[in-house]
Amino acid sequence: MGMAPDTQTAPPPPATAPHERGATPGERVRAVGLRWDTAVGALLVAVFVVGLGSTDGFASGENLAFAFNDIAEVALIALPMTLLVVAGQVDLSVASMLGLGSALTGALWNAGWAFETIVPVVLLVGVAGGLLNGWLVTRVGLPSLAVTIGTLALYRGLASVALGSDAVTDFPRTYADWAVDTTTIPGTFVTYPVALFIVLAIATAVLLHSTAFGRSLFAIGAQEEAAYFAGIRVKRYKLVLFVVTGAFAAFAGIVFTLRYGSARADNGLGFEMLVIASVLLGGVDFDGGRGTLFGAVAGVLLISVLKNLLTLNDVPNEVQVIVTGLLLVASVLTPRLIAAAVERRHRRAADDTAAPTP
Amino acid sequence: MPIRHPARRRAAVTAATACVLAVALTACSGTTKDSVKQDDSTVGTDTSTAASADPDAPLKKGLKLAFLPKQINNPYEKIVDEAGIAAAKEYGATGKEVGPSDASASSQVSYINTLIQQRQDAILIAANDPNAVCGPLKQAMKKGIKVVAYDSDTAKDCRQLFINQASSEEIGRSLVQHLGEQLGHKGKIAILSATQNATNQNTWIEFMKDELKLPAYKDMELVKVAYGDDADQKSFQQTQGLLQAYPDLKGIISPTTVGIAAAARYLSDSSYKGKVVLNGLGTPNQMRKYVKDGTVEQFSLWNPEELGYLGSYAAASLASGQITGAEGETFKAGTLGEYTIGKDGEVILGEPTVFDKKNIDKFDF
Repeated sequence: MGMAPDTQTAPPPPATAPHERGATPGERVRAVGLRWDTAVGALLVAVFVVGLGSTDGFASGENLAFAFNDIAEVALIALPMTLLVVAGQVDLSVASMLGLGSALTGALWNAGWAFETIVPVVLLVGVAGGLLNGWLVTRVGLPSLAVTIGTLALYRGLASVALGSDAVTDFPRTYADWAVDTTTIPGTFVTYPVALFIVLAIATAVLLHSTAFGRSLFAIGAQEEAAYFAGIRVKRYKLVLFVVTGAFAAFAGIVFTLRYGSARADNGLGFEMLVIASVLLGGVDFDGGRGTLFGAVAGVLLISVLKNLLTLNDVPNEVQVIVTGLLLVASVLTPRLIAAAVERRHRRAADDTAAPTP
Repeated sequence: MPIRHPARRRAAVTAATACVLAVALTACSGTTKDSVKQDDSTVGTDTSTAASADPDAPLKKGLKLAFLPKQINNPYEKIVDEAGIAAAKEYGATGKEVGPSDASASSQVSYINTLIQQRQDAILIAANDPNAVCGPLKQAMKKGIKVVAYDSDTAKDCRQLFINQASSEEIGRSLVQHLGEQLGHKGKIAILSATQNATNQNTWIEFMKDELKLPAYKDMELVKVAYGDDADQKSFQQTQGLLQAYPDLKGIISPTTVGIAAAARYLSDSSYKGKVVLNGLGTPNQMRKYVKDGTVEQFSLWNPEELGYLGSYAAASLASGQITGAEGETFKAGTLGEYTIGKDGEVILGEPTVFDKKNIDKFDF
């Protein structure tokens, strides 16, 4: 699928301010940071090629359609999550919002509502949930981690209230067929949820890397106060991000419901970790201010392709979890280790020559 | 960093327009539950094209069977699957067990896809959600892979056979009957189940509730159904919570092997030991200690090894063309003898066994 061309060109280093940690030359660390997401992209390609060469069934269009559609919801939520993390925020309530969206879809469907009405209503609920998150973060001034741990429980609770322990299953085929793993755009292995993701990913990449809004997010994530004094409406921007994330998560709930033909309050349990892991794996800095959408998308795809490949080779689930965990640790650790090494060498070089070259 | 007011206003207008459009669209036409129901008769059953069975066909050699349990670290399912894999060896086939580590609705789906790509001859599945697995299972059947549900059924048109451990009705009613006798048909009782959507659990609970409606149980009241999610710790905590919420609780039925063991562990160390009667479905090895120390008087279960064994032979018979899954067809299940397929492709293993102090040492699983 077309993740490579859409964002590879995008990341122009937004050389805004001397905002890097410590006294090191920021550009050097940044350069290393940028290399990480390309590395993940390369790793993705490598895993893909290994799969094509080594594993029966991997190359079949059916399997590829499946492997990518399998993480459609995670991928959709990863888009706004990338923006959030770049701005130094995080939303842990996304999977609960997915569950709430799913439960609500089921409950309203059971109540005889038209599916075409349910969709905007569920999206509005996502917006409302995002507003609550954003309001608590920006107006009450609580850290997003704490706020969304709370709403994680709250939204999952509401989902259980909405649908109880029921599972609603009889959704219209006209809509369900759009989401299932076996319906692809004719002649390709791209499913409709994945196609939607590609379009949204390109839009998000442009937004993050080629607009003033995107640059503002980097500034906010790097140095919130400096961004504020530079005239960026920090609170407004954060609020917008939370609202968009809420809406995406609720929408992902509808996609999930249709794809599995099963609306349940516990759908997507634990997905928030998968989303955040993918984003971090793609080299987006959890401290904010650094990262590319290309990296985040590569991170999502790497996790899905790897999972598919390992499953096809009968690698037990426990080992898969360990592999994903190690990748994640490596993704957080490696850039920092490299940066530290570069810094050390740079300092030594500076000591030796006493020549202040950048 | 210029702030662009006009741009934001434009965005707001766009959003508002989108909202209005959405509502307008909604008003015109709508797909509702009722309008879909009418179309329903035309869909489904395209997978069960009339194949003919050849009861005399020998079991094919070299068949590939895959067991997909609810979750791989569930000790009960491990027993079932291992027996099924051992049975496969008997008739010259290979079996394996793959599966997720959590029992959520969607977790089995990627495994089904994988088994299709690996061109297995048959998939045996204990479904976490009867519908979430349906799409890929239908895909598998379309490709000629036989699908046998065991332990926990899928929707009926998503598999050829369902191997039921015992008739659901019998399990549900007998558990209430046993507990009723133990309590002298008096007092508050609760159920400690697995996950909220486990098909088998919910069917049994329905029959339990139905049995409780009989006049004999007029003094017995079901106060709560708790869910331990087949997790040991959660089941333990749920037991604790039940007894705190209902201090005058007299009995607990836990129709899950994880749940009953956790509940017994809690009771055996608490002041409720001997005062609260625990019954349900458990394995002898897990429950032996609690039967011997008097925490639990009796519990029941079918033989999970026989369940796996029967499932394995049923899948092989399907894959060899001996049967198609139609009602009334018969097949031989090795040492267990002959079985007949019932309504909706259901094959019933037999009656559950009651385990107590007298017989528990005769069983080792």
